[in-house]
Amino acid sequence: MKASEQRELLRRMLLHRQIDTRAFQLNRQGRIPFALGGEGHEAAQAGASLAFMRGQDVLVPYYRDLGLALGIGLPVIDVFTSLFAKKADTSGGRQFPSHFSNKALGLVSISSIIAAHVAHAVGFGLAMQYRKERGRAVLCSFGDGATSQGEWHEALNFAAVMQAPVVFFCQNNGWAISVPQSKQMRINDIADRAIGYGMPGSTVDGFDPIAVYDAVHAALERARNGGGPSLIEAKCYRFLPHTSDDDDRTYRQPEEVETQRTRDPLPTFERQLIEKQIYSTDEIALLKAELYEHIDQALEEAAALENPSADSLTTNVYAGTEKAWL
Amino acid sequence: MNVNNVEAVRATLHDALTRDERIVILGEDVGARGNVFLITKDFLQEFGPQRIVDTPLSESAIIGVAVGMAMDGLRPIAEIQFADFIFPAFNQIVGEAAKTRYRSNGDYTCPLVIRTPYGGGVRGALSHSISIEALFYHVPGLKIVAPAFPADVRGLLNAAIADPDPILFLEHKKTYRLARTDIADEAYTIPIGQADIKRSGTDLTVVSYGYFVHLALEAAAKLSSEDISVEVIDLRSIRPMDKTTILQSLSKTHRLLIIHEDHAFGGIGAEIAAMVASEALFELDAPIRRLCGPDVPAMGYAHALEDAYMISSEQMATAMREMVQF
Repeated sequence: MKASEQRELLRRMLLHRQIDTRAFQLNRQGRIPFALGGEGHEAAQAGASLAFMRGQDVLVPYYRDLGLALGIGLPVIDVFTSLFAKKADTSGGRQFPSHFSNKALGLVSISSIIAAHVAHAVGFGLAMQYRKERGRAVLCSFGDGATSQGEWHEALNFAAVMQAPVVFFCQNNGWAISVPQSKQMRINDIADRAIGYGMPGSTVDGFDPIAVYDAVHAALERARNGGGPSLIEAKCYRFLPHTSDDDDRTYRQPEEVETQRTRDPLPTFERQLIEKQIYSTDEIALLKAELYEHIDQALEEAAALENPSADSLTTNVYAGTEKAWL
Repeated sequence: MNVNNVEAVRATLHDALTRDERIVILGEDVGARGNVFLITKDFLQEFGPQRIVDTPLSESAIIGVAVGMAMDGLRPIAEIQFADFIFPAFNQIVGEAAKTRYRSNGDYTCPLVIRTPYGGGVRGALSHSISIEALFYHVPGLKIVAPAFPADVRGLLNAAIADPDPILFLEHKKTYRLARTDIADEAYTIPIGQADIKRSGTDLTVVSYGYFVHLALEAAAKLSSEDISVEVIDLRSIRPMDKTTILQSLSKTHRLLIIHEDHAFGGIGAEIAAMVASEALFELDAPIRRLCGPDVPAMGYAHALEDAYMISSEQMATAMREMVQF
C-alpha cells in the first residue's frame, strides 16, 4: 500500500477516536444527552472506507459507523450537529447521533433496528444491477449481533440468489450490548455463514487497517465487476460500553477490556508507520494537534447553531401536507 | 376495456411497466407462475426477469429490498401473496418504509407500492382470509387504499404508482372476479383519500369499503322497494380518509351505519365514529352503529364458520331498516 494511503488510514483512525472522546466528554459535561462510541472499530472502518469509491459506491451503515461515514466524506461538522441535535443535522434533529443521511455522498439513512437495513443494501445493489451500472457496489455494515436476525439471513440469501453487488461487512466486536458472541451463535467465525448462502466469506483482523482494506477492496471490486456479493468479518473489540447509557462492568470483567486495550489498533498502527518511516513521532503529534483543532472548531460551530423549530415536527411525513383526514 | 378487478390490476400494471422503466415487480410466484391469481400472467416473457422478479420465499426481504430500490430511484411494486403473510414484513413497512422520508428529513424517500390480496368469504380459512387495514392505518407515513370496483382499482393503482410515498394497495379477493364493467383505456388516476358515493339516498348513510360495499349496495337496492333511501359511501381510501364526503352525507341523512369485514374493536369504524362524534354529533338522529367482523382471531374453514364471520346483505338490510326506524 502506498505511503500516502497509509497516512490517510491513520488520519481517519485518529479523527474517529478523537471525535468519540469528545462526544463522551460532552455527555459527561451534560452538554449532550447521549454518546455512542466506536473505540476499537477505527482500524476496521478506516480500512473499509478507504476501499469505498466516492461518487460511485453506496454505504448502508449501522449505528456504530462514525469512522465509515467520515471516511466516505461526511463533514466533521455534521457529526456535531447530530450530537447536538441541531436543525442543520442531516435528520433535522430527529435521529439519534450517528444515524446520518447524505444522499450526495451515497450515505444511506438507517433506523436503529438491528439488521433492518441489510435488505435495503440489497435493494440498492439490485437497482444498480437493473440499470446495468457496472463499476458500482454497495458496502453494508453491521455488528455481530445483527447476524442473529432473520432479516439478516433473508437479505444475504436474497443477495446471493440475485448476485447483487453488495459487500456485507461485519464488525465483530464480540459483544451485542451485554451478550457475548458465545451466547449469540455456536460458531467462531461469522464468515462461516457465507457458505450457507453460496457466497465467498472471509475473516480478517479488524485491528489491522491494511488487511481490512485489502479484503474489502477485493470484495468491492468483485461486486463492481459482476462477481456478486460476499461476506467479510473483521474481528475487533468494543473498548467502550455500548453507549453512554450503558455500564459494561455489569456484564464483563474490566480485565478483559484491559487485555484487549493492549492490542489497541491506534498506537499499534502509529508504531508501524514510524517503523516503516512513513511518519515520524513529531509528525504524528502534529497531525493529532491539527485534528484536535479542527474538531474543536466544528464542535463550537455546531453548538452555536439553531435548534430545530417545533414546527418542523410535522414536516416530511409525506411529500405533500396530507393529514389522516381529508 | 371491459374488465373485472383481476384484469383491471393486470392491465394497469401492464401499462405502467410499458410506460415507466423504473417500475419493477417483485414477489413470490410473480414470474413463471404469473401470480397465484394470474395477475402478472405472461409479464415475465414480455418484460424479462430483471423487471418481473421471482423472489425467494421471504416477505420481509421482499419489502426490505423494495425499500432499498425505492430509496435508490426505482419504482418497485412489491407483492405479498396473501395479506395474511405480511407480518414478517411488518417492521420493514412500519419501521422502515413509513419513516424513510421523515427520518432523513426528506433526503431519502420511499415511493413503494405494496399490493396484497386480502379478505374472506373465499374458503381461505385462518391464513388466507384476514383483513389487515386496521393494523396499518395507525401509521403516519403510510397510505392505504382498498378499492373494490374495476374503475376505482385502475384509477387508484395509477395514483399509487405515481405517488412519492409508500402505499399499501389492498385487493379484496372476493371482488377479484365479482363483476365486469367498462372502464376507460387511458391511464387515469383517482385521488388517494377521496371517497365515492356509490348510491345516493336521504334516510341513512352507510360507510363501507371492499367487498362489503357490493353487499351494502344489494341491501340498499332491496330497501328502496320499502321506501327506504340509503346512501352508500365507498371509502376507497383508508388513509388518508375522506371526512368531507362522510360529513356532507350525514348533514342530509342524519344516520350513520359503518360496515366492514375487519374486527370492530379498534377498527376503521371506530375512528370514523370518533370523528363524527366530535365533528357532527348534533347532526345525528340515531346512535352510530357499526356492523363489523366478530372479535375472534380468525375466519374458520367450515362453511358455517365462514358464513358466521361474514356479514350477509340480509343482515345489512336488517341493520339499515332498524336504524331508519330508530
